[in-house]
Amino acid sequence: MLELSGSKALVKALEKEGVSVIFGLPGGAIMPVYDALLDSGIRHILARHEQSAAHMADGYARASGRAGVCMATSGPGSTNLVTGIANAYMDSSPLVAFTGQVPKAMIGRDAFQEADIIGITAPITKYNHQVRSASEIPSVVKKAFLIATSGRPGPVLVDLPKDVQTEVAQMEFPDSVEVRGLSLPLDPDPELLKKAAELLAGADAPFILAGGGVRISNAHRELVRLAELLMAPVGTTLMGKGCIREDHPLSVGVIGMHGSPLANMLIVKADVLLAVGTRFADRTTCDVKEFCKEAKIIQIDIDPAEIGKNKRVHLGIEGDARKAMAGLAEELAKRLKGERPAHWYERIKQVKAKLHNEEGDGLSAPRLLRRLRKLLPDDAIVTTEVGQNQMWASLHFKAYGPRNFITSGGLGTMGFGFPAAIGAKVARPEVPVVDIAGDGSFQMTMNSLATSVSEKIPVVAVILNNGMLGMVAQWQRLFFRGRYSAVEIKPPDFAKIAEAYGAQGMRAESMEEFERAVKAALGSDVTTVIDVPISPEEDVFPMVPPGCKLEDMIGV
Amino acid sequence: MQAGGYDRGLKGLKTFIFGTLVEHKPGVLQKVSNMFRQRNFNIESITVGPTERGDIARMTITMRGEEEDAVQLEKQLRKLIDVLEVKLLDPSETVVRELALVKVRVEDWRARSDLVNWANIFRSRIVDVSPDSIMIEITGAPSKIDAFLELMKRFELLEVSRTGITAMERGLNRIGLK
Ligand SMILES: Cc1ncc(C[n+]2csc(CCOP(=O)(O)OP(=O)(O)O)c2C)c(N)n1
Repeated sequence: MLELSGSKALVKALEKEGVSVIFGLPGGAIMPVYDALLDSGIRHILARHEQSAAHMADGYARASGRAGVCMATSGPGSTNLVTGIANAYMDSSPLVAFTGQVPKAMIGRDAFQEADIIGITAPITKYNHQVRSASEIPSVVKKAFLIATSGRPGPVLVDLPKDVQTEVAQMEFPDSVEVRGLSLPLDPDPELLKKAAELLAGADAPFILAGGGVRISNAHRELVRLAELLMAPVGTTLMGKGCIREDHPLSVGVIGMHGSPLANMLIVKADVLLAVGTRFADRTTCDVKEFCKEAKIIQIDIDPAEIGKNKRVHLGIEGDARKAMAGLAEELAKRLKGERPAHWYERIKQVKAKLHNEEGDGLSAPRLLRRLRKLLPDDAIVTTEVGQNQMWASLHFKAYGPRNFITSGGLGTMGFGFPAAIGAKVARPEVPVVDIAGDGSFQMTMNSLATSVSEKIPVVAVILNNGMLGMVAQWQRLFFRGRYSAVEIKPPDFAKIAEAYGAQGMRAESMEEFERAVKAALGSDVTTVIDVPISPEEDVFPMVPPGCKLEDMIGV
Repeated sequence: MQAGGYDRGLKGLKTFIFGTLVEHKPGVLQKVSNMFRQRNFNIESITVGPTERGDIARMTITMRGEEEDAVQLEKQLRKLIDVLEVKLLDPSETVVRELALVKVRVEDWRARSDLVNWANIFRSRIVDVSPDSIMIEITGAPSKIDAFLELMKRFELLEVSRTGITAMERGLNRIGLK
């Protein structure tokens, strides 16, 4: 037992959780905690907007596999976190958010900077809790991290009324806590694994679809083992991109609305589909009813509620992706005798040979991204914004590791990529981190340049600058008779903006200049913004038009 | 919002009753009902009250939908950290009850005696009488309450307050913590 104030207990509890960094921005209702942070070894990284603080923590979490922590004051500080929390919720990212709150006696009176952040975030958190007395803090913190990181991860918010932060109490720091309502994942049922192995062993054209769950469970080795055993092509969702090295002969790329043509072409021909750690999101499956209609589908997910939620499956297996795939591989190894038919493999090779080999010096987005791939080391981390830039990155920038491609999938949040890059760089300072940005998205959170520069967290932003809210413009060209409505954005001079913040700014008007700029950025320890003008009217193709099925892909 | 009644309007859909145990603390009902709205479930009634254990409350949830919706609802409920146990109750093995207070205007004595008769037939109780009104308390399966209310339409119904459904399995079956 220790006699401590709530805020000191909070900081101590965070230290005990191994937290080394917090992303946040202070204000009246969280000041006691900020004061206590001064006496701690925890690094605080000052954001310039709380949304960015949440994205930084999210990027940190995705790059490291550990929980990311963000902090804000009450009222507007807490509501500014909301987009970041929702983003983490949709992509199952372990985020722990702490918010200040007005003193308990003021709650409900519309006090200055009061917001019902518990009510507001209930639908976008895995759990949230308002602390009512200081002595709860040590166990609440422990629970928050346990809930955020166990099973299917997700954001947890802890709301701290100001009087609770200053209240002094006897504190007991438990080594473990029990959360009775938290169901921990079951071991995958061996009988179901056997059934799955039967199905896969008998398949003519098996296909593996790997989702974000594979990355979260660190199941990438098991994935490759399984694929190689089966000689099955592996497609990923956007969240699973990189779980198999995309230069692996069995990798066919990302499935979906802007999926790789090879992946979309092959998955629809599968007779047995093994889907791991994916919810069959609409951007992946397109018309979900038509999706792999003829195939027998096996779904593995740690969250039982995902099994059959969006797509009816033949066999659902609850459990951790890594354990399930390891078990499945063992069962399969027993059943697969001799050589696997190689016709798939040959076909993949043929199609691959035809795709994406066009090179050249014009500044098209696909070419830029393929060049960027060559310029970056294999273990570099790439984040993206949302829109065409994201889909081009998905199509043309090959990811070589499960935590090397970080993007806002479920919520599709413009402005995520740049702060997420900063968070990722904090998690893995030894590798270069590049945000592939659009000029629209970048403007949403470019004030994070201040954080990046002053905290000396050097990242690179490559802005594919088409002067447009490009993806919206593309839809207007395709589905609204080319009538542009509110998409022309005449962006500012990004190089100058970068310089004004103390970062390096460059403009690349040819492939050569681009190459030089990227090399300069990688060799520098200053944040660099590379502004690359591209055509305002380039479309991302291929594409499955909304409402259509994967087979109806256009622009291949 | 339906006041916890049995809705007979939706054809082809079944009624499912879930018994749940939840953390007994503020905000839990909000989290549960918020999830129903968020996920678009067709909820007819939620009732909640304390249990024999001070830290645990019991919620009875009635929904209409397809089998698949019920399975999804059960799984989504389990995901909520504040929900401790969920059980889909088998209607043939469960006692299902609802309570309603019904107030009618009755001025003439003939109507009064009809009302008292019917109330007796339904085994309900008269709990308040004034010169112009009578209040009846009726308990039973929701269908019994529906039937009684149907009958009460002959009078001028002043107020109806239904509690929503509560339910318990017969015999030794129960909803216990894991
Ligand atoms: C916060 C937010 N607001 C609006 C949208 C809708 N939206 C999707 S893509 C897009 C355009 C993105 O423009 P830009 O960042 O320049 O990228 P581009 O598509 O041109 O590569 C918009 C507005 C969104 N995804 N997120």
